[in-house]
Amino acid sequence: MDYVLNLVLIIITAIFVNNVVLAQFLGICPFLGVSKKVDTASGMGMAVTAVLVVATIVTYLIQTYVLNAFGLEYLQTIAFILVIAALVQMIEIILKKTMPALYQALGVFLPLITTNCCILGVAILVIQKDYDLLEGIIYALSTGIGFLLAMVLFAGMREQLELTSVPKSFEGVPIALVTASLLAMAFMGFSGVDGGLKILFGI
Amino acid sequence: MNNFKVLLNGIIKENPTFVLLLGMCPTLGTTSSALNGMSMGLATMAVLIVSNLLISLIKKLIPDAVRIPSYIVVIASLVTVLQMCIKAYAPDIDKSLGLFIPLIVVNCIILGRAESFAAKNGPIASIFDGIGIGLGFTLGLTCLGAVRELLGTGTIFGVTLWGESYGMLLFVLAPGAFLVLGYLIVLFNKLVKK
Repeated sequence: MDYVLNLVLIIITAIFVNNVVLAQFLGICPFLGVSKKVDTASGMGMAVTAVLVVATIVTYLIQTYVLNAFGLEYLQTIAFILVIAALVQMIEIILKKTMPALYQALGVFLPLITTNCCILGVAILVIQKDYDLLEGIIYALSTGIGFLLAMVLFAGMREQLELTSVPKSFEGVPIALVTASLLAMAFMGFSGVDGGLKILFGI
Repeated sequence: MNNFKVLLNGIIKENPTFVLLLGMCPTLGTTSSALNGMSMGLATMAVLIVSNLLISLIKKLIPDAVRIPSYIVVIASLVTVLQMCIKAYAPDIDKSLGLFIPLIVVNCIILGRAESFAAKNGPIASIFDGIGIGLGFTLGLTCLGAVRELLGTGTIFGVTLWGESYGMLLFVLAPGAFLVLGYLIVLFNKLVKK
């Protein structure tokens, strides 16, 4: 029972309290780059979530059975980034053959994901936090959902922003950053929820 | 283009933080104080200079089709070396920058400069480009960190300016990072682009 409650805690913390974009600053490039429309933002969010889960599983197995087993922990950064780059390529090829419709929708975003720091960041965090495989998968999945949530909310705000007249020097990125700041402030309302839940669950 | 121009180009005309808007994750994530921002900037600069030099030296040996993966391996190896050095000689910095040191690998500035400058120019020019862009990045991060530290806690590089009781935690936390960067970009555009 404790284990399940622990998983629930991981999910809530990763989506709301420690949101990957708005609290941990991972994956800012796509957050600012492809958030002009809700459609593309949700497409990017889903692609990142999928890659996050697969990458976390693979990097976890590599860390446990290759790097730890042979005492090669110092190769972590190199091994992980190569695995992630190869993985993204592979997912692209598989999707192209099996699900052409989905590939069409995600196509442009897939190559960009390799250099999205939230993939490598989460892979390293899972190892640092000493999660087991199931906890790691749940953590990666909820981090992806948190990313998707932030992307869609932010894209919605930016769509509305298009209709207003912004001071000339604020046009483009500066006003987007100020908007992101307001969104981050809203998410700050969740801070402390994880501590409360910990007491409530008795862990 | 002579070397001095290359250097200045990186600091002002192609400033990675305020003009190109590259490497946003460490820019926002590590600038809770001026010192943190500066150490992140210097760490990135070190990797950038050496990777620019190495890549401009080996560019003729790498087949065109696999150049991006090869660049990533070079950069990742350099980051690993840097990570070990920081852990050994500056454990405090390692603690405050944490996850963002291995994440230098996926900083778009480094791969971007490798692809757009080092792959086309000689080693000397590439070193100057690395110093220029690196200084521009360090300057941007230090400014952002200094403003956030000043507004958030009333200190600069740990020196108290406005008395102990001052504190506006918002600027040290996440929302302040987005807000201050937005306003600094506006200021930079006003001053430089005229």
